[in-house]
Amino acid sequence: MAKMNMLQAINDALRIAMQADPNMLVFGEDVGHFGGVFRATSGLQETFGRERCFNTPLTEQGIAGFANGLASAGMTPVAEIQFADYIFPAFDQIVNESAKFRYRSGNEFNVGGLTFRTPYGGGIAGGHYHSQSPEAYFTGTPGLKVVVPRNPEQAKGLLLAAIRDPNPVIFFEPKKLYRASVGEVPEGDYQTPLSRAEIVKSGEHITVLAWGAQVDVLMDAAKMAEKEGISCEVIDLRTLAPWDVETVAESVRKTGRLLINHEAPLTGGFAGEVAATIQQECFLYLESPISRVCGLDTPYPLCHEKEYMPDALKTFEAIKASINY
Amino acid sequence: MTDATRSKQSQRVEHRVNFIDGNALDIPILKILQADGTTYDGAVEPIIDKTLALKIYDTCVFTRVLDDRMLGAQRQGRISFYMTCTGEEASVIGSAAALDDGDVILAQYREHAALRYRGFTTEQFMNQMFSNELDLGKGRQMPIHYGCNALNYQTISSPLATQIPQATGVGYALKMQGKRNLAICYFGEGAASEGDFHAGLNMAAVSGAPVIFFCRNNGYAISTPTEEQYAGDGIASRGVGYGMHTIRIDGNDMLAVLAATQQARAYAIEHHAPVLIEAMTYRLGAHSSSDDPSGYRSREEEGQWREHDPVQRFKLWLVNKGWLTEAEDTQLYQDYREEILAQVKVAEKIPAPALEQLIEDVLDTPTPALKQQLAQLKQHISQYPKSYPKLSGRG
Repeated sequence: MAKMNMLQAINDALRIAMQADPNMLVFGEDVGHFGGVFRATSGLQETFGRERCFNTPLTEQGIAGFANGLASAGMTPVAEIQFADYIFPAFDQIVNESAKFRYRSGNEFNVGGLTFRTPYGGGIAGGHYHSQSPEAYFTGTPGLKVVVPRNPEQAKGLLLAAIRDPNPVIFFEPKKLYRASVGEVPEGDYQTPLSRAEIVKSGEHITVLAWGAQVDVLMDAAKMAEKEGISCEVIDLRTLAPWDVETVAESVRKTGRLLINHEAPLTGGFAGEVAATIQQECFLYLESPISRVCGLDTPYPLCHEKEYMPDALKTFEAIKASINY
Repeated sequence: MTDATRSKQSQRVEHRVNFIDGNALDIPILKILQADGTTYDGAVEPIIDKTLALKIYDTCVFTRVLDDRMLGAQRQGRISFYMTCTGEEASVIGSAAALDDGDVILAQYREHAALRYRGFTTEQFMNQMFSNELDLGKGRQMPIHYGCNALNYQTISSPLATQIPQATGVGYALKMQGKRNLAICYFGEGAASEGDFHAGLNMAAVSGAPVIFFCRNNGYAISTPTEEQYAGDGIASRGVGYGMHTIRIDGNDMLAVLAATQQARAYAIEHHAPVLIEAMTYRLGAHSSSDDPSGYRSREEEGQWREHDPVQRFKLWLVNKGWLTEAEDTQLYQDYREEILAQVKVAEKIPAPALEQLIEDVLDTPTPALKQQLAQLKQHISQYPKSYPKLSGRG
């Protein structure tokens, strides 16, 4: 084991995967010698050469289209979109091309080797254009996997699994945690399975669910609730598409309550999907309506970031409301 | 990844304001074959022998007959949609004939002639258009969205120009894999207005990807004529702007297309660099079976272009060479008419793909949610079999 922050864990995963797979390429804006704006790709060009780790022109649709072409020809591209806020020029290439390559061709061609990595989420005083959480746009598209890690150990294991998954994966990295989240990480090669949620803390009275940086928020809220005698079961969904319905449903059958927390705006957010499915699966077990603690339906604000955030206090209040319903 | 010598900037200095005119580039057009089937004085013919020439012509005739018959089938309601290659056969077939079978073709949608040249059978064309269970694409896309892994012809996508940056990725992959092959990417002058065009060309030029970007400048993007599509000297000038080897050719001149593509291929492979070819041609047919060009262009205009018919011009060259007779030509058309009609009748009777295939290939394996959805759907269909006749009598 080694102590690493999330960036070091991601860098370690990329290095291990590149060593194991000579067809793997890492590219994006500034990812070459500079190592990316967050330095996730530091040192890779020095080790693997400019043909395998390089800067691209500033063209997200170009990066995504190029990645689709590489993957369709049998390569393993790991493309970085510098901020998830800038993924939208690539939206057509991801949603209409990456996601449909296998289906539309009857599996004559696929882009299974493709991974998009992109920093996402707020909490870094980034304002509208450096803080968005666009995961739900992609969970609504069959043919993509959507993965979000919550700490360094998970980031490494999930990224290695994403790179080796035979499907295109979008890997959202909570940038707030890049340096803030530090922990023990196994040094060798390992994979954390996709599409499996993790019960981070078991509890009795309510299931609270999140992914990425919001899992820490749930843990803080759970501590507050604990003092009031409320025992929370905390679940990290980890993969949003396709997601682990069974683990969540089983937990809700036990606790009878569910709260979903995410940073993206409430309306159209992925919490709606989780709520509808669990309501279907667990209707007769529910003791209170499924609640959602999410971002407001506004663009991501700069000066009122703290107010906007679905933080621990708001979550704590929602937990109490659910228990006292 | 970039070869530093590839990017350069002029050091020439001036001390007065002096704009370069947007039309300053004056790119010539390569012409080899004349309308009467003889070549221009001083023209250099491509590498072509009788076998290659007759294979090219055979593909021309097949494509003409296919387009004619399938447009008819669409009008009769037997297939939902069709797009013709008519008028652009020399651009598509001449370029395809210059390639190696290992070169990967990424087409827009109008280039089935290149797929035919590669060996796609009449039966395979029909299975795709009739969305039957033998379609390689499992009946999931509209007619003409062909694709064939064995023939290195990537499956067509409807969104415009998306294949352009993908071709750059394919070219770069082939280079990384140490293959002496390239990607060829077809598109129209309309697609060159999309962001993907600029993204793809720029990335190819910078990354040194062996790709031939083949623009079929056919005069119309659905109903929009070229004057309303771009300013400046055509699409070729864009290639120069991206620092790319570029040529403009007569796209109705089979020999010019073949010659330019042969040399483009040699250059791209040798130098690990992209090449842009702009083929000036004319879309003699409608954009698609859903379009009516009489609403935006005159019969006279179409008539003038019929005089430049690329298939006729190439035929005269073959006849002049003594490689084809009128009788052989008539027979060729006749044989394809019969074959295609017969294959239509076979393909339209082959059943649709099984319902299970509906949930395959979304991901590599169906998710639990998808399996559940399929089970519910099957249960529902068994409850109301008459309302879902396509699947009646099938599991």
